[in-house]
Amino acid sequence: MSVYFLCLVLFSIGLYCILRKRNLIKIIIGIIITEYAVNLFFVLIGYRMHGRAPIHAPDQEVLNMVDPLPQALVLTAIVIGLAVTALIASIAIRVYEKYGTFDITKIRKLKG
Amino acid sequence: MTQHLLPLFVAIPLAAAFLNALLGKKIKRLSDLLSAVATFALAAASIYAVLLFKETGVIVYKVGGWAPPIGIAMVMDGLTCLMLVTVNVIAFLVSVYSIDYMEKYTEKWNFYCLFLLMLAGMNGVIISGDMFNLYVFLEIAAISSYALVAFGTEHEELEASFKYAVMGTLASSFILLGIVFLYSFTSTLNMADMSMELAKRGPSQIVLLVSVLFLMGFGLKSALVPFHAWLPDAHPSAPAPISAMLSGVLIKSLGVYAMIRVFFSVLGATPQVLSILMTIGTISIIVGACLALGQWDFKRLLAYSSINQIGYVILGIALGTPLGILGGLFHLLNHSVFKSLLFLNSGAVEYATGTRDLQKMGGLKEKMPVTANTSLVASMSIAGIPPFNGFWSKMIIIVACVQAGHFAHASWAVLASILTLAYFMKVQRYAFFGELKEGLSRVKEVPLFMKLSMIALAVLCVAGGLLLIPGLSGGLLNAASDAVLNGKDYGVIVFGAIK
Repeated sequence: MSVYFLCLVLFSIGLYCILRKRNLIKIIIGIIITEYAVNLFFVLIGYRMHGRAPIHAPDQEVLNMVDPLPQALVLTAIVIGLAVTALIASIAIRVYEKYGTFDITKIRKLKG
Repeated sequence: MTQHLLPLFVAIPLAAAFLNALLGKKIKRLSDLLSAVATFALAAASIYAVLLFKETGVIVYKVGGWAPPIGIAMVMDGLTCLMLVTVNVIAFLVSVYSIDYMEKYTEKWNFYCLFLLMLAGMNGVIISGDMFNLYVFLEIAAISSYALVAFGTEHEELEASFKYAVMGTLASSFILLGIVFLYSFTSTLNMADMSMELAKRGPSQIVLLVSVLFLMGFGLKSALVPFHAWLPDAHPSAPAPISAMLSGVLIKSLGVYAMIRVFFSVLGATPQVLSILMTIGTISIIVGACLALGQWDFKRLLAYSSINQIGYVILGIALGTPLGILGGLFHLLNHSVFKSLLFLNSGAVEYATGTRDLQKMGGLKEKMPVTANTSLVASMSIAGIPPFNGFWSKMIIIVACVQAGHFAHASWAVLASILTLAYFMKVQRYAFFGELKEGLSRVKEVPLFMKLSMIALAVLCVAGGLLLIPGLSGGLLNAASDAVLNGKDYGVIVFGAIK
């Protein structure tokens, strides 16, 4: 149970980082932390204590196995997360080139 | 044989995007042609899909030949048909418009590549019958739209894109978290199977938690009011054809459609969820209208107006009555037509005069007759003046509100409709009527392809009301509202259609 709670804590840290930090790079790190918290939670759901890989072999019986589906899905989610991170980081670099700062309180051309 | 139509909606734009990226730089004009042909094929396929649906009913495609619920499924029901037609027809007209408009940008093939990827993502979301695939397609569409918002790479574009990307990623995280909880509860990812499993287990706390997560996630994607902050920045900053796509179809396919699918077909729409959605819809209507009234930037005004009009769609659907759902879906279709047209108009004005500020325009009617007249048609449609399409859908929503006994919601909807008329009169008065401003005497009408797609959309605005006659549209709207009303029977219907 405590692992799930720690996942929630990690997610909350990421959210805090996105909402409260002023530096673009720190916001990006916050996004990464929330993504990882969700991915970790997803993997934990498929995990069984002392379980083994669900590979079928003719001479043995598999009793306690790990659910393989979340692992496959998390792999996809990680790749998507990588794409998003790369894109946001490159946008942040272009923002720095234009404004000369990473501080979001100084990047304010849009209002209203 | 007929089921092989379904994957084409994802495959065609993906293939065209790939070819664009590969060859667009080397062969001039190829990317224009490729994108126009691909989107035309998609529009034709979507209309064929509607005709096909009338004959065969629900169609299920098994990806890789594996039968659901183990394999991945693509499902086409009435609601899917309506969304496919909306998305692909608008995409075709926008693609035609971009041929001339995007000339002022460099790297046009990159634009088309991202545009087609976004289209593939949207079609994928609409056609997917699998929860995780919905998430993947949603991310494809979202990531390409972040890049497209930043396409101009100026100060405002980059800032808006960053804001949009952060909000969008957070929304995706909430959606993924909701999917994780649903998977751990039901041990399946197929939507139809999930819906049957949830019906078997009855109400539980997990479903409530998942509803909240999806409400936040899809609410952020569709820019309903507490979650709307990114939209007025992101939509005006994109190039005009993309603004038209974002406001016209992206927030509907990623936000509203996914929300309807998840809440009505999978989770089952409980009265609590519906009343929350109704309240959010009404707040969006009022806040959007009030904020739009104060804007002087043409595109920003249109962006706030999108929040206002999405509120009507959500209000209509959340009523849960057959008439309300019909009105909501009809307004969704109409809004995508006239809001795309208005964004294309704003793009045409910007193309000709170089400004988006309404105070610097004036008297453009004599210089740009096509743009002025089409925007007049769109403004009257969105404000709900008969006989244009917007009038019919708004009237149905308000009548449905009164019938269901929600008089307060109905009166707010009427009031906001008057405000809509007010802010579009402001657009018409400052931009197109009145004296011609100094410095605008050398303004010329926009090139041919831009005119063509604006005229086509204006014709759709005028003719849109005819869709209410069931014989003319092939029962498109009725089939879509039936699909929503079927609710939890979705699972039974989908498994019944597997051959």
